[in-house]
Amino acid sequence: MNKTVNQKAWFLILPVLFLVAFSAVIPLMTVVNYSVQDTFGNNKFFWAGLEWFKEMLESERMWNALGRQITFSAIILAIEIPLGIFVALNMPKKGFWASVCLVLMSLPLLIPWNVVGTIWQIFGRVDIGLLGYTLAALGIDYNYTQDFYAAWITVIVMDVWHWTSLVALLAYAGLQSIPDAYYQAAKIDQASRWKVFRFIELPKIMGVLMIAILLRFMDSFMIYTEPFVVTGGGPGNSTTFLSIDLVKMALGQFDLGPAAAFSIMYYLVILLVSYVFYTVMTNLDKREGN
Amino acid sequence: MAKITLENLAHSYLPKPKSEDDFALKELNHDWVDGEAYALLGASGCGKSTLLNIISGLLHPSQGRILFNGRDVTNAPTTERNIAQVFQFPVVYDTMTVRDNLAFPLRNRGADPTYIKERVQQIAAMIGMEDTLNRKARGLTADAKQKISLGRGMVREDVNALLFDEPLTVIDPHMKWELRTQLKSLHHEFGHTMIYVTHDQTEALTFADKVVVMYDGRVVQMGTPQELFEQPEHTFVGYFIGSPGMNVLEAQVDGDKAVLGGTQISLGKGFGPLTGKVELGVRPEFTSLSSGDVGLPVRIKRVEDVGRHKIVRADFNGTDVNVLAPEGTEISPDLNRIVFDPAGVNVYSDSWRVAPKVA
Repeated sequence: MNKTVNQKAWFLILPVLFLVAFSAVIPLMTVVNYSVQDTFGNNKFFWAGLEWFKEMLESERMWNALGRQITFSAIILAIEIPLGIFVALNMPKKGFWASVCLVLMSLPLLIPWNVVGTIWQIFGRVDIGLLGYTLAALGIDYNYTQDFYAAWITVIVMDVWHWTSLVALLAYAGLQSIPDAYYQAAKIDQASRWKVFRFIELPKIMGVLMIAILLRFMDSFMIYTEPFVVTGGGPGNSTTFLSIDLVKMALGQFDLGPAAAFSIMYYLVILLVSYVFYTVMTNLDKREGN
Repeated sequence: MAKITLENLAHSYLPKPKSEDDFALKELNHDWVDGEAYALLGASGCGKSTLLNIISGLLHPSQGRILFNGRDVTNAPTTERNIAQVFQFPVVYDTMTVRDNLAFPLRNRGADPTYIKERVQQIAAMIGMEDTLNRKARGLTADAKQKISLGRGMVREDVNALLFDEPLTVIDPHMKWELRTQLKSLHHEFGHTMIYVTHDQTEALTFADKVVVMYDGRVVQMGTPQELFEQPEHTFVGYFIGSPGMNVLEAQVDGDKAVLGGTQISLGKGFGPLTGKVELGVRPEFTSLSSGDVGLPVRIKRVEDVGRHKIVRADFNGTDVNVLAPEGTEISPDLNRIVFDPAGVNVYSDSWRVAPKVA
């Protein structure tokens, strides 16, 4: 069969091209633009080359924020992934209660970020918050606005409360797709509960779990609203994560150049980690196939 | 190794079955003799797998008891029953090597490592997978995976029974034959009680000492392949076993005579008064074409030459009738009648076979 050459079809991608250009490429380019220029005010800019990038790389402030960020992401992943799997394993498989559980699980996911922040901000207040008041009444010294550990624990517990559902729902979907015959064979083979998990359930949900880890990593690495509402980055700088620091720099101090350079590096880190993650994931898949 | 007894066993997937129709498995009393190889034959959805899962304990029956060597195991969990079962679709542990897959049931029961090693090697040889023992099970072809499943089923020597649930569905025909032979020799060697579920009659007839035919949740007949062929207890058995199946024709039977569509034929044996829907069942092997005035008038529709013999597809008063003609027979237009060999004629009342009166 002869195919007629018709390049007009390329026009069909124009809408997507426009959309991507306006939603991603052009905004990103303005950031790139700022990152290589400096200004003395009056809206006059001049070329600064890679000066801002160099400054940012040497800035202790950025490294500290990055350190906090990595610690935060590592902690919430270490809690949310096992907890999510555990919840998924214990959810009913079918029937009325399965639906109830699914609705309950998705509730936290439907709440807007700043509302989550506000909820926990009030919940943890020593004067009027249920949690803060109760802890204070029990004689526990808890004040997230003054104490480093209290602030971190609050932010972490809040994230776990908000996002464990996502991991649980993904793991649940993975578990639901395992045919009954696997469990039956395991019974016949006299496999223990742990072995059923280790050799049937875990391998079968590995795919969705990887996606869950990736999503949670990216999201937690970019976290801004909730800690900003609860602690405002404090006490001191103890919960100032990358995004919070960036906003302080860009909007608080109006240091557009460094903030732009910071943004680009931030973006590249996320891109890099996601890429490495994805590659490792697909390679693992392939290697096990052979 | 055990004798398995089913007592008043029935199962419904509904929590509160109302009528008999709600039961996937209708009330059943049956003994599976220790060391015999059975084939459980029937169309899809007739309750074969349900029965198997009840025996292995994956399913708890709605009523009745299961006894292993006289001991009630109705409430015993699968592990306690010590049964091996192979499923229709391959179940392998993806992240394990083939070797670990085969060793898994033995390791879970705490067998001795040197014994495991030996036994796994033996099983691998049996299923022809010695070369792939160290490969991960993931990424193997479906029939390789199914061979692993079979191997895992056979690896334990001390099981009470080996249950197979259409295990060769995904295996290619050549390997099918080979594996079936392996299963048979395994049976001879160890004398396990084996129950082999299938909807393929060739598979059932070649594998088993006794074939159990199920239809609509009921065991309709149990017997040797020969019994099933010569005296089907139920028209379903006649129809399901044999290729082509038995001819079933409506008739009025009176003593040793039968009237089919106005033509009277002699049955050669006497029957008492019959009630319900009366039918004659005659296998194509006992049916032959003839000319002249004897027999039932038929119209030949088609002749199929299958090599060893010819299958003549004919029509008698709107009912399809099949005749097996020996290879080399000339099918001429004046062959417009069929006659039955009285030895091969069975009489059915409401689908169940009626025994002739002893003279």
